[in-house]
Amino acid sequence: MSKKILLSHGGGGEETQSLIKELFFKHFENEILLRMEDAASLVMGSTKIAFTTDSFVVSPLFFKGGNIGKLAIAGTVNDLSMMGAKPKYLTCSFMIEEGFEYAKLEEIVISMRDEMAKSGVKIVAGDTKVVPRGGVDGLFINTAGIGEIQYEGISAHNLTQGDVIIVSNEVGNHGACILATREEIELESDLQTDCASLWKPVEALINAGVKIHALRDATRGGLSAVLNEWAETSKVCIEVDEAKIPVAQEVKGVCELLGFEPYEFANEGTMVICLPESEAQKAIDVLQRFPESAKCALIGKVTTAFTCKVVLHTPWGSERFLEPPKGELLPRIC
Amino acid sequence: MSEVDLIEGFRDPVHMKALAALIKKECKSKINIMEVCGGHTHTIMKFGLSQILPELIEFVHGPGCPVCIMPKERIDHAIALASMPNTILATLGDMIRVPGSKTSLQKLRAEGKDIRSLYSPLDVIKIAQENPDKNVVFFAIGFETTTPMSAVLMQHAIENKLTNVFFHINHVTVPEAVEAIMSSGDALIDAFLGPSHVSVITGYKIYEPIAEKYHTPIVVAGFEPTDVMESVLRIVRQVNAGKSVVDNEYARAVSREGNLKAQALVNTYFEKRSHFRWRGIGDIPNSALKLRAEYAAFDAEIVFDDVLPKTELNDHKLCICGDILKGRAKPFDCKVFGKACTPTNPMGSCMVSSEGACSAYFKYGKLNLKGARA
Repeated sequence: MSKKILLSHGGGGEETQSLIKELFFKHFENEILLRMEDAASLVMGSTKIAFTTDSFVVSPLFFKGGNIGKLAIAGTVNDLSMMGAKPKYLTCSFMIEEGFEYAKLEEIVISMRDEMAKSGVKIVAGDTKVVPRGGVDGLFINTAGIGEIQYEGISAHNLTQGDVIIVSNEVGNHGACILATREEIELESDLQTDCASLWKPVEALINAGVKIHALRDATRGGLSAVLNEWAETSKVCIEVDEAKIPVAQEVKGVCELLGFEPYEFANEGTMVICLPESEAQKAIDVLQRFPESAKCALIGKVTTAFTCKVVLHTPWGSERFLEPPKGELLPRIC
Repeated sequence: MSEVDLIEGFRDPVHMKALAALIKKECKSKINIMEVCGGHTHTIMKFGLSQILPELIEFVHGPGCPVCIMPKERIDHAIALASMPNTILATLGDMIRVPGSKTSLQKLRAEGKDIRSLYSPLDVIKIAQENPDKNVVFFAIGFETTTPMSAVLMQHAIENKLTNVFFHINHVTVPEAVEAIMSSGDALIDAFLGPSHVSVITGYKIYEPIAEKYHTPIVVAGFEPTDVMESVLRIVRQVNAGKSVVDNEYARAVSREGNLKAQALVNTYFEKRSHFRWRGIGDIPNSALKLRAEYAAFDAEIVFDDVLPKTELNDHKLCICGDILKGRAKPFDCKVFGKACTPTNPMGSCMVSSEGACSAYFKYGKLNLKGARA
């Protein structure tokens, strides 16, 4: 039987990695692409820029705390920010299904405008396609962006023994929120997406002179995917204290009900930071000034115990590997 | 009370450490404990419980994962049913991923077949009402826990006068499987952790004959880490006292008689199957259910008999799942574990679902290798 693309190829886990490496890298191979960063860093004349793109196909289009438009801005702004780049210009493509409500589209566009104001980024070019019913599911959005690199050398290759790991916020809120909305799980509380542009806290870290080794927003595949990718890329071990990872009570509840791990849930406004231990307190002091990173926490450290592995320590003294997410995760969360 | 109050108290580090210390102090002899249910396997591996228990306590991972024990020919049934024209196949959880002899439901779905993964079997009613021109086949799996939901679905299908809903029933029962393992004579099992959710439905009385016949303590345990630790302690105390009775640690949910209403509903629609083949174990008499004859019009195995393959399919001869289920081997003893057999490409039953023993070892267990951390 001929090979087909499965939903798991888009889950952000192992299958996605193999599709990228075995197909896209095989044919598109070049030095910049192979670095596999959130955004490519390029030199144009004397200016160093970061360049990236992302497509948004989330279902449902509206959810607590955001919608596809807010995601489309924050997602690309964050990919640039994770390269230490000040987001400057975006392009935006809309793929709209015939029959889509104008008022809904306007609501989405307005939330895009509001999200851009937070980082000062501008949409400077765009494209619009309308396809017949069934061609897309309501609305898909693609954004691409360039930013000016203000802090060089951030890379998944940089983790070294003695570094520590900080997460900027509770993990799993976006994934749990989307899942709860989609499965119509009524939560008594007000769980909402963490969707946020992270340029402000990143800029503040840079301005405060914090040394950053690696920085990534924990989108598809969640915290687990980021830590595993880092451990593998830098050939180190990352050891994490489970009790220190901030997870909202509602997210724990959704995970228990449906059998997921919060560390595998997607986030849209939560970043993971790796830096030397001596920088940790300064970074936390900076992050706590911003609402989007007020719940930041130091969760672990970089060691050499098990190369290329992430180890999770329980509060009662046992330990296990946090394996990279596999299989079909929640489809279409971003 | 929020949903999380039901979790955190049962994961309290102080209690966990206290229970570990008591077990260490009181355990005097080697005890092989079979956790029957895949949910317990998951708890043991995810929370690293073996690492804080004395070496005298050894867990044997039982046959209690409904996806894992499904023989390949019945997965082929699901694939044949889903391949019929004008058909929607609905099922639960991991079934989507499990490979049959040629393909999986997941791959079939990518080819355009309509296959739905549900959280609640009752979603089938809505699907059937929205698709009156299509056959909606519910591929029902699970132990005594999920059988009542299939019965309720049947009840609703009848009440709603739906004629396009069909059932392929693969509901299996715990006591017969445990009996089959113990009566083989070569199982190395001294005690059992009784399943949590199965017991909520059936009551713990169903285990009394086994405890008596094989002189094995059985403690019905909840799924949280302190539940399992407390239950292990109770087993140790029974062994020390020379007792072998059924004890109920999961008293917050389980009674001796169980959920009588659910049992009655199950009896209304289902009856025992004379035989069912368990992947990794083989044929076990009276170990599964089927629809009663009066509901034959709903029975996919009867209505669509002509499309269902009949050949029995066994796992590769290198697979040692049968020995793992009897406590005679651990996943690490298997030559193909983690190499030719992985969760993405399982060769044997225990690797199939996330609740299977090999799959849990693969995901969480590599640190349990003795001496892994020098």
